[in-house]
Amino acid sequence: MIKEALNTVSDLWSLMVGLRVTKDYFRAPQVTVRYPWKAVSNIATYKGHLELVGGKTGKPKCISCGMCALACPSNCLTVVKRKPPKPTPEEEQALAEAKAKGEKPKDKTPKDPEKFIYDFTLCSLCGTCMENCPVGALDFTGSAYLAGYSREDFHFDLVQLLKNQAGLEGMDASAAPETGQSEA
Amino acid sequence: MTTYQNNDHLAGDFYTQNFAKTAGEGNLILNLGPQHPSTHGVLRVVVELDGEYIMRAEPVLGYLHRMHEKMAEVKTAAQFIPNMGRVDYGHALGWNWAFVGAAELVGGIEVPERAEYIRVITCELNRIASHLLWWGAYLLDLGAFTPIMYAFDDREKILDILQDPTGSRLTYSYYRIGGVAKDLSADCIRRIQEFIPWFRSRLPMYKDLVSDNIILRKRIEDIGVIEQEVCRRFGATGPVARGSGIKYDVRRAQPYSVYPKLDFEIPTSNLKCARGRYDVRMAEMEQSLRIIEQALEMMPEGEVLVKGAPKPSWKVPKGEGYFAVEGARGKIGAYVVSDGGKNIYRTKLRAPGYCNLSLFAEVSQGTILADAVAILGSLDLIIPEIDR
Ligand code: SF4
Ligand code: SF4
Repeated sequence: MIKEALNTVSDLWSLMVGLRVTKDYFRAPQVTVRYPWKAVSNIATYKGHLELVGGKTGKPKCISCGMCALACPSNCLTVVKRKPPKPTPEEEQALAEAKAKGEKPKDKTPKDPEKFIYDFTLCSLCGTCMENCPVGALDFTGSAYLAGYSREDFHFDLVQLLKNQAGLEGMDASAAPETGQSEA
Repeated sequence: MTTYQNNDHLAGDFYTQNFAKTAGEGNLILNLGPQHPSTHGVLRVVVELDGEYIMRAEPVLGYLHRMHEKMAEVKTAAQFIPNMGRVDYGHALGWNWAFVGAAELVGGIEVPERAEYIRVITCELNRIASHLLWWGAYLLDLGAFTPIMYAFDDREKILDILQDPTGSRLTYSYYRIGGVAKDLSADCIRRIQEFIPWFRSRLPMYKDLVSDNIILRKRIEDIGVIEQEVCRRFGATGPVARGSGIKYDVRRAQPYSVYPKLDFEIPTSNLKCARGRYDVRMAEMEQSLRIIEQALEMMPEGEVLVKGAPKPSWKVPKGEGYFAVEGARGKIGAYVVSDGGKNIYRTKLRAPGYCNLSLFAEVSQGTILADAVAILGSLDLIIPEIDR
């Protein structure tokens, strides 16, 4: 009988202890962020979609080797190589002379890709392509806020994207709209 | 003249019809799911009810089947790693490890020591995150809403830490054959060091807020008693087996990586009921903290990926191998058979949840419907993992 009463008391006490925790947290500062008025601050290391890394000249570092497209498990990458440029008449003559001398003509084709098609809808952000690029020409953006109206909005030409970025002087075209101050 | 009436939709599908054949007179056949009975995936359980009591139950699987094993046959070993992060969203790194470990075993690849420690640290962090997810979601299923808010506050901190090396927050693809993709940064290590004492201080709060609470105790004590013999018969592992008093943990039973060097205990409980499994998981989080603490101290400097690590075109040499790791839900295994070709000939994935779920049919017999949901939740099922 006494034991039962004691049990009831201790049972009720367990509820009081729980309420104490609730009370403490009731007074504690808010831990959530009022998105979209404020942006979260922890996305610096987040992997967004892929981008090409520009070299010094602003052209992509990529040498169109196609390793990334081969390595990708989901076949999201297509590298379109540049066609050799049409030689001018002088060059053609020089070429013919060189050939007559038995020299191998130099390949003047620019190495950077004409197009670098990237289908973000298929990408699993695994990083395999990046790790297998011999020149480190690929990187992930930190853009976590990418959104679009249709499937096609996620088919990028990364060369074009890089150009746009350069035009906007380092601004990320797909970055978040103004989200105000980020929460510290 | 009779009007044609199509009542097919009332007759149920194959499973229901087959199940109903042996139903008792006047019993009700009910489908729990396939949307959301208690777990957070698409599981369906057909039950036969006599009033409130469950006479029979039969889980129906396959709604989340994604052919991971088949996909392994059309990809090279390195290309298959991203799949492993998606088998089980709760403990993605455990699956990463199982497959990578099997491929290393067959390929005879050594993993640098630092990478082994990084694997231990990240895998244990992921285990805590997984247990927190279960804890919050389980209590949510039982009708307590706020605990998940506390759990996600802490889990968020782990996700922030893991986001640094892995780059993602849930479906990690971080381990590589022969190491890990990226070293832990100094900032990341500092954050882990800060996290350990902080999370330790949170555990008593969890105890005060929920574990000791009389409502929870009355709710989960003595329901879903799983005998050891049942565990063994169905091959249950992880907290389900340990909650029944079986001291089986792959980290100790089939030691791998650097676990033998680390000092930790395997919590078990003899309660055998849902409460036992609950206690085991809560104690495991503490042990994981201990492991991380030691691993951080013992971690040597050095490479994180072995030199000449396999490229995506790497062919797994002819042979076969089985590698098991202790996941948050039990023994995760990967069996790799290679004929030396471009792709692995066959990969078999052992999901702990599959075995843990299969004993539900037996355990739920004779319980009331509301308890069945609490039992399902206490098994910590992640349906994508069960279906694979
Ligand atoms: S991140 Fe992975 S899936 Fe995405 S393009 Fe690169 S290799 Fe393909
Ligand atoms: S991004 Fe790298 S791997 Fe891909 S084509 Fe360019 S240079 Fe080759």
